[in-house]
Amino acid sequence: MTTEQAVRPDSAVTKDHAVSPASRAVEVLGGELTEQSLKRYLAGIPGVDAVGLHARAADLGSRSIKTTSKAWALDRIISLIDLTTLEGADTPGKVRSLVAKGLTPDAGDLSCPRVAAVCVYGDMVPAAVEALGVFHGENVEGGINVAAVATAFPSGRASLAVKLADTADAVAAGADEIDMVIDRGAFLSGRYGQVFDEIVAVKEACRRVDGSYAHLKVILETGELNTYDNVRRASWLAILAGGDFIKTSTGKVAPAATLPVTLLMLEVVRDWHRLTGEKIGVKPAGGIRTSKDAIKYLVTVAETAGEEWLQPHLFRFGASSLLNDVLLQRQKLASGHYSGADYVTID
Amino acid sequence: MSRLAVPKTYKLYIGGKFPRSESGRVYEILDASGGFLANAAQASRKDARDAVVAARNAVSGWSNATGYNRGQVLYRIAELLEGRRAQFIDEIVASEGVSPSVAGSQVDEAIDRWIWYAGWADKYTQVAGNANAVSGPYFNISVPEATGVVAIIAPQDSSLIGFVSAVAPALVAGNTVVVVASQRLPLSAISLAEVLATSDVPGGVVNILTGSPAEIAPWLASHADVNALDLVGASDLDWISLQIAAAETLMRVLPPESGPDAALPSLARITAFTETKTVWHTKSLI
Repeated sequence: MTTEQAVRPDSAVTKDHAVSPASRAVEVLGGELTEQSLKRYLAGIPGVDAVGLHARAADLGSRSIKTTSKAWALDRIISLIDLTTLEGADTPGKVRSLVAKGLTPDAGDLSCPRVAAVCVYGDMVPAAVEALGVFHGENVEGGINVAAVATAFPSGRASLAVKLADTADAVAAGADEIDMVIDRGAFLSGRYGQVFDEIVAVKEACRRVDGSYAHLKVILETGELNTYDNVRRASWLAILAGGDFIKTSTGKVAPAATLPVTLLMLEVVRDWHRLTGEKIGVKPAGGIRTSKDAIKYLVTVAETAGEEWLQPHLFRFGASSLLNDVLLQRQKLASGHYSGADYVTID
Repeated sequence: MSRLAVPKTYKLYIGGKFPRSESGRVYEILDASGGFLANAAQASRKDARDAVVAARNAVSGWSNATGYNRGQVLYRIAELLEGRRAQFIDEIVASEGVSPSVAGSQVDEAIDRWIWYAGWADKYTQVAGNANAVSGPYFNISVPEATGVVAIIAPQDSSLIGFVSAVAPALVAGNTVVVVASQRLPLSAISLAEVLATSDVPGGVVNILTGSPAEIAPWLASHADVNALDLVGASDLDWISLQIAAAETLMRVLPPESGPDAALPSLARITAFTETKTVWHTKSLI
């Protein structure tokens, strides 16, 4: 691997906990950063007790969340959603309606919180930014972010140059967050250095002209990693390389986000926090469609990483149909009777 | 040595499956002389909620089937009912305490009504629809279409006839139903569910709840995803407030009926759960 790229010192950092891309790896691994040292480090991570993981996830999923706690949880879920449209058939019009829904999820109840971000393909970023207008960006009161998937999403099968151009293009168009995919082929064949380098390079491509960075979410695509051990290794790899978030899936591969996988990634994030004091975000995406499921995730976050993770900087849901189900549940709590699909907007 | 009887536990019928109540509750069904007959699931509001979800998911498939196809499927149910005649007679004799011949005529009447309604499936649009008179070179046509999910409180003092008379007409037009069976006489309803499960009716088209109508009905009446409410068996409930709750979401509502003439077969029971769509089309290109 190219060490001069990996250990490049970086002082112009403004956002959050961002450090220079690969300095994490240098600090944690110590010595010279090489393909071998990285491999040795990742191989040294203990394996996952799958039975224990499933049992723990099932246990966390059995908590009873009712009345005021449920109302709190539903509002919190909405404010943690990356409202997503990632279809080949997307149009600027579709993105505008997505943004409208993100800003006003329930037109019948303006006390409903806004979503954290809208997540679109890179070429739709200008449309999303334009549609958001003054509400673009988390630093604005009531503003929401624009997240763009990049690096030849969802397969990641393109040359590095194309991936970097894809990323830089989205950032230049105004994306606040970049969701990149790792090269699963390289990861599964043991070329960890290549995956590492790509994440470092994409992180650099997230740099804006003013020196600040767009948030980088690293999609592991756990459905293609085959084993929990791989998920744990890929999580460490993504964090070491400088990811601000680790994200389960693209949503294009089944199985997408599951509770055990998310629990496992949260455990890595918790361990990283204990090791370095730094907080990394987690984003389960794909397959979370009901409020009931989403509440299980909230419980898992609170009891694994800690309640301070339940904020948009550290936890997100990648979802599209989840929002409507949460709105129906919110309406049920407010009115006392069951609501129906006619009372929420069609996506 | 006499053989130990194996009493049957009657479960709910939701989305083509036979789940127990989410609440875990059951209640005892007594025979005519007050002895234990069977256990039945006592549905909760959450079972009603699940049933409405199942019914909603089944609407597009059932209402988009051709009337001819629906008629065939419904007729097939009548055939299966005929094959299970003895079972229905036994259950009615046990729970109502009537003679086998009386029970037999009840079952016959129920099957006949089912067939009568099955025949309407591809005909009611011709009778209830219309080519409207217009003063121009175009057609203007009104056709009745299914309204969606119909919640039914089945007649409470009848095992099979009441249930069939309430459910069959709603199905004819392509509606899906959530029906609360008779609290005291639910055995025939669940046995009918077993017939439906082995017939060609898609899962979710008929969903059957047993238990207390007084407990479940208010949740169905106020449910925003229910399109119509048939209160035919609700005369012992506070049905005025059920109507008021239903009005919140502009449901179509049929009032309670009682006595021997309750829910007699009629075209009006079919058209009660339809909405009229009016379209126009040019007559020619001249």
